[in-house]
Amino acid sequence: MEILYILIPLGLLVLGVAIWGFIWAVRTGQFDDMEGPAYRILMDDDDIRIPTRHPENTPKQQDSKK
Amino acid sequence: MTGNEEQSCFHCGLPVPKNSSYSVTIDGKEQAMCCPGCQAVANAIVDGGLTSFYQHRTETSPTARAAVPEVLDQLTLYDKPELQKTFVSTDEKNVKQAALILEGIVCAACVWLNERHISALPGVIEFRVNYSTHRARVRWDESQIKLSDILQAISAIGYLAHPFDAGRQEAVYKKERSNALKRLAIAGLGAVQVMMLAVALYAGDYSGMDAGLENFMRWVSLFIATPVVFYSARSFFSSAWRDLKAHQLGMDVPVSLAIGMAYAASCWATVTRSGEVYFDSVTMFTFFLLAGRFLEMGARQKAGQAAEELVKLLPAMATRITAEGDETVAVTELAIGDKVRIKPGDSIPADGIIVEGRSSIDESLLTGESHPLAKTIEENVIGGTVNIESPLVVEVKKVGEDTVLASIQRLLDRAQTEKPSIAKTADRVAAYFVGFLLVLVSAVYFWWWQHEPDQAFWIALSLLVVTCPCALSLATPAAMTAATGSLTRLGVLTTRGHALETLAKVTHIVFDKTGTLTKGRLALESMNVFTDIKKQQSINIAAALELGSEHPVAKVFLQQASTPNEMIAEKIEAISGLGVTGIINGIQYRLGCASYVEAIDNISTNLKDNPQHTTEIYLADEKNILAVFFLSDELREEAVETIQSLKVLGKEVWLVSGDNEAAVSYVAGQVGISNSRHSMKPQDKLDVIQELQSNGEIVAMVGDGVNDAPVLATAQVSVAMGSGTQLAQASADMVLLSEHLPHLVDAMKMAKRSVNIVHQNLAWALGYNLLALPLASMGYVAPWMAAIGMSASSLVVVLNALRLNKSVDV
Repeated sequence: MEILYILIPLGLLVLGVAIWGFIWAVRTGQFDDMEGPAYRILMDDDDIRIPTRHPENTPKQQDSKK
Repeated sequence: MTGNEEQSCFHCGLPVPKNSSYSVTIDGKEQAMCCPGCQAVANAIVDGGLTSFYQHRTETSPTARAAVPEVLDQLTLYDKPELQKTFVSTDEKNVKQAALILEGIVCAACVWLNERHISALPGVIEFRVNYSTHRARVRWDESQIKLSDILQAISAIGYLAHPFDAGRQEAVYKKERSNALKRLAIAGLGAVQVMMLAVALYAGDYSGMDAGLENFMRWVSLFIATPVVFYSARSFFSSAWRDLKAHQLGMDVPVSLAIGMAYAASCWATVTRSGEVYFDSVTMFTFFLLAGRFLEMGARQKAGQAAEELVKLLPAMATRITAEGDETVAVTELAIGDKVRIKPGDSIPADGIIVEGRSSIDESLLTGESHPLAKTIEENVIGGTVNIESPLVVEVKKVGEDTVLASIQRLLDRAQTEKPSIAKTADRVAAYFVGFLLVLVSAVYFWWWQHEPDQAFWIALSLLVVTCPCALSLATPAAMTAATGSLTRLGVLTTRGHALETLAKVTHIVFDKTGTLTKGRLALESMNVFTDIKKQQSINIAAALELGSEHPVAKVFLQQASTPNEMIAEKIEAISGLGVTGIINGIQYRLGCASYVEAIDNISTNLKDNPQHTTEIYLADEKNILAVFFLSDELREEAVETIQSLKVLGKEVWLVSGDNEAAVSYVAGQVGISNSRHSMKPQDKLDVIQELQSNGEIVAMVGDGVNDAPVLATAQVSVAMGSGTQLAQASADMVLLSEHLPHLVDAMKMAKRSVNIVHQNLAWALGYNLLALPLASMGYVAPWMAAIGMSASSLVVVLNALRLNKSVDV
């Protein structure tokens, strides 16, 4: 059980890193927009690299019917 | 492409008018457009290579307005340094930064489109849109691009941007938010660690543990709990201190007392190697309470931002008349007594009185009244309303904080700080409870001190810990926050604390007609022609006469006219509130109400077969009446369904409207409301509600206009429509942002459920305390049991409240 004397302080160190990381995230505005980034990752500029998207047979957009 | 029936615009989803030929080639396919505005926007999107916007969007875009050159010209005024002073900050040489409110954002793809389009402009250094708040921050190099170019680029893709002064409220909110987040994070991470050690300690208590190790773990717990208590929980201590100084016993007093005492006792136990430690309970409470307050703060800020958005109603610039001629100044520079010139189509910059000219004013933003009001010299105008027909000169009477708009904002601010009455009751009960508890703890301590001095401190502490009214203080806010959150996701904004609670008890629901049950927008219901003129042709004539008018009647004709409209009217003259006249192909036409057409032409407009609930508009040439148009306000599709569901819930539904009998009874019949009152002035509406209230009924009012505002304020709980006037929204307890009436039914169900849950929570918290109190006073509760009991009771309360977070339809 002596190992705990090392492991627990190590845990504290990790805790410190986690807290620092969190404060960094708050400071740099990572929590300012909680919704947008989830979508942002889906929309990127890699269209050309996706083989299925040719100008001719673009699938019909469903929202145009709304 | 254009021959198909029932085609909808690829961009905005509105039906494409027949005979129109707008289209844009998107991803190699020709797509129909409804109007030149949408076509221009879609073209801009295609040209920018941003067509995947159409793939990713989840909502159809708002209909684009065709860009009016004058409006674009106005944007260049934003480049003036004296105006930029209020909202632009200069970072370094030439690099400027501004905050914008974006209108027209409906889904995440809009954010992407804006960011891509604007960031690609040369000279724009950074452009970031916050999807949650619909605000953007732009940084640009002044030597390469002007702010007006950026604003124009945004309007080119179909959105509207208003610069605003972000410093005022935004900075305060951001600071409050990031502080709260940091406190929460430290409490949360600390709680996790301490609880992990606590499990080991409890297990050690049970099966034996090396004394050195136990001591070590206690010290580590102390080390972690210290910042949690002194940093995260500081807000409780300071507000408790504030309460005490004001000679009150608020909820924060017992909270801080429990946190403080438990922490102090645990420290004592750690140092003296005796008793029990409660670091786990201390950190967990702090975390739970902070989490509750954080969610509350989020809801409050959201409501506050809605208030901030009101500011944009005021135009940023005004034309001041001086001895040297007209000059353009920032609205903030206007002083009382200044004379300002207001062009047709412009917003009025401040409250004032008309000194020159006559025109009609669209006050719909403030009043919800869909018809513009004719105003002339000596009459008051309100800042933020729109001048429609002809130029005006207005003498400024009130500026800044004194204007009607500013008072509405203050109303909103005040409304947001109110607390639900059930929470107030809980606070009051808690205050007595705390007082009682402190007396009791002292008494118990004294008794044990005389009998068993060793045990006295620990028993008193157990008692204090076990009876900590945390669960009691969490019961209401946790449930209300969860319910408010899930309603906001539906598009029902709760602006006042008591709303949900009262909504659950409502017996009568009173609806306004225009804008609430109906769309508040005129539509052509039917028409008759009297000569051999074709129906479409007469609509085209009407549209030509109304071209360029902002009047709601004009919009009906402009929508229905064939595009392009080959009719072109000259010498158009509008007579405020009556009608319009003009010459087309050498013939003078008149369009307007019966009295207007009759008076000039001496023609009788007596008709028999007109539908009675409609507004009639006549079209006449020099000799004859050509056509009569029956315009009516369209019923919302979901109105019938909503009224039915409300009846099923056992509520009585009333319709109270200022409109005439025919129109009201028509709508009442359509949606199935048997209790309807017509021709009601605001005072009459008030009387109806007060009469219901004097019979002990609890009334909910649903409305949208400023004429509804006093009524909304009188009803125990009120709901304003999202498109309704700001004043109505300010007097309302809830705002139906989604404009979807069935959500009202959902809100009712949710209110009922949340009140049930609050009652369960309060019953549980009180029951638990009443049970634990005698046991602990008699010394039957070991300190560790007290800690678990206290934590478990709070946890039960929170988990119970979180059930409200689930979908509303369940």
